[in-house]
Amino acid sequence: MTTQFQELIAKNQVRLAMRRKFTNGFMLSVTGFLTILALIPLFWIIGYVFYKGFAYLNLSFFTQLPRPLGMEGGGVLHAIEGTIVLSLLGAIFAIPPGVFAAFYASRYPNTPIGITLRFSTDVLSGVPSIVIGLFVYAIMVKPMGHYSGLAGGVAMALVMLPIIIRTTEEMLKLVPGALREGSLALGAAEWKTSLSVIFPSALSGIITGFLLAISRAAGETAPLLFTALGNERYDLKTIVTSGIAQHQSIFMIFGRIVNQPVDSLPLTLWKYAQQPYPERIQQSWTVALVLMIVILMINIAARVWVESRKRRLQG
Amino acid sequence: MLKPIKPLPKNRWIKRSDEFLRHGDIPWQIILIAMSLLIMVLIIAIGWMLWHDSADARSLFGWGFLTPTSDASWDPVHDNFEAWPFIYGTLLTSLTAIILAVPISLGVAVFMSELCPEWLRLPLNWLVELLAAIPSVVYGLWGIFIFLPIVVTPVSNFLFETAGKIPGIGVLFAGPVPESGVSRLGAAFILTIMIIPTITAVTRDVLLAIPDSQREASLALGATQWESIWKVLLPYGNSGILGATILGLGRALGETMAVTMVIGNSIEGTLSLLRPGYTMASIIANEFAEAVTKLHSQALIEVGLILFVMTLVLNVVARFLVWSVARRIPTEARV
Repeated sequence: MTTQFQELIAKNQVRLAMRRKFTNGFMLSVTGFLTILALIPLFWIIGYVFYKGFAYLNLSFFTQLPRPLGMEGGGVLHAIEGTIVLSLLGAIFAIPPGVFAAFYASRYPNTPIGITLRFSTDVLSGVPSIVIGLFVYAIMVKPMGHYSGLAGGVAMALVMLPIIIRTTEEMLKLVPGALREGSLALGAAEWKTSLSVIFPSALSGIITGFLLAISRAAGETAPLLFTALGNERYDLKTIVTSGIAQHQSIFMIFGRIVNQPVDSLPLTLWKYAQQPYPERIQQSWTVALVLMIVILMINIAARVWVESRKRRLQG
Repeated sequence: MLKPIKPLPKNRWIKRSDEFLRHGDIPWQIILIAMSLLIMVLIIAIGWMLWHDSADARSLFGWGFLTPTSDASWDPVHDNFEAWPFIYGTLLTSLTAIILAVPISLGVAVFMSELCPEWLRLPLNWLVELLAAIPSVVYGLWGIFIFLPIVVTPVSNFLFETAGKIPGIGVLFAGPVPESGVSRLGAAFILTIMIIPTITAVTRDVLLAIPDSQREASLALGATQWESIWKVLLPYGNSGILGATILGLGRALGETMAVTMVIGNSIEGTLSLLRPGYTMASIIANEFAEAVTKLHSQALIEVGLILFVMTLVLNVVARFLVWSVARRIPTEARV
């Protein structure tokens, strides 16, 4: 009687163990499967964009303005120049406050202002980019009375700011405390220490952060829709040469560069993809290819660089 | 014998101001604090600007702007606006995306933090981050021409024929299914792909922050690896994972370009997931630049205000949850 009972229990235990083992193996392989599932779109998108985009890729794509529909050739020079102008403007506006704020965040993380800063950085990075577009429209486009590259640059800066603060803070924190203390012990003031000891030794990592922020902003469309608007006739060469011909000062020329509507690659992509002409759709794939190459290159290079730097500083 | 060094004669006022400024440290501090507070000021300014610029629309339409109606009108010609279809579209697509994205992201995060070999961890991390780096217009382009016809249309047809027959929830899967695949479901799928990196990254950080003693204890008690993940690690990090989910939801709510390209942009009374729709972000993207009447642009700004408040609340809650996990884990246990 007892042996029978024991046998039954033993049998059940074996069955339970088998089941647990099976569940274990099954669920662990499910997580692996989900990882593959999540990465399929990445390879699908990259592969398809390369496949479709390369068909139209040629030199004139980078060197010419768009031609009217029906004419052969033409490129997206206006959008390439516009993207560069907007990204640089954004970087100029976002880098100084971002770096100073990051200095504060890395030096005094637990003061009330430090906590407020960290919190508001998180919140700002969560504000939808279309809302940033609305905000910049209200503070810049409406008072100025027209769309402009300057407003687009401010919108870009608002997108970049949280990224710059976060990456810079991270890099500043990696600098060994002994460096700071050494400089202070030699009698340098706090600002002198920050600017000429800590900042240079974290500089390469900080620049990587800038590049990441720029690559993120270069792919943004929503903040530009009603700030930079888009401009198919945007051409830096004409602006500069005509400016020089009219003996305008460098400030005037710069003003003309930023004070008119500007196009960018994602904006162009969006507009072309909505048109019913196969030519335009072809071009939008090529724009996507150029955009992807630039962004992926910056991202991969930046990550490789940061990783090697971290290893050097920590190891 | 060294002569005692005479201090250089110094102007009294320069000396005094130098001491007062602590050799430049006071201005430095002021700049740092000003720049730190600037971020907070920006957020307040965004909120105030949206509030201020939508004043007429708010006073004219009141709460009726937000309330659910079956025949909402969005009529720029007669200046009559109700935002319910967009709010519904945003909520439906984002919640669907969250329901799909959370299990996948949990799987990826568990795989990355617990299972995968050390050499694979970094490349996987990069790949997931690359997924987040792809511009949203590229998602949209790929969505319209490739993803919608190949994946969404068959799935929609399948759902229409199976779930559409069930009374009750059948409303959500009513047809007719558009042939091109442009639908709220398509938008939800694209959003799923786009928020997986966000949720995965935060969940992985939460899992990695759990002290090893938890894993060791549960394995030592005889749990299988899956049991220790499912019954120990995930419950331990649950509020962090909830925070990650809410962050993902916040991203999904605000996502504009990709959704605008695949959702079909139509205002109709249907509740169906399989029909084209509109979201709050996409109505702003489509109409704001062409809004002629003052009330039209004010109504759009009010939609933006609702969106801003929603994401603000979600972000605050999410950050609080993630922080609470980080605080609960004792510092010495964090590697």
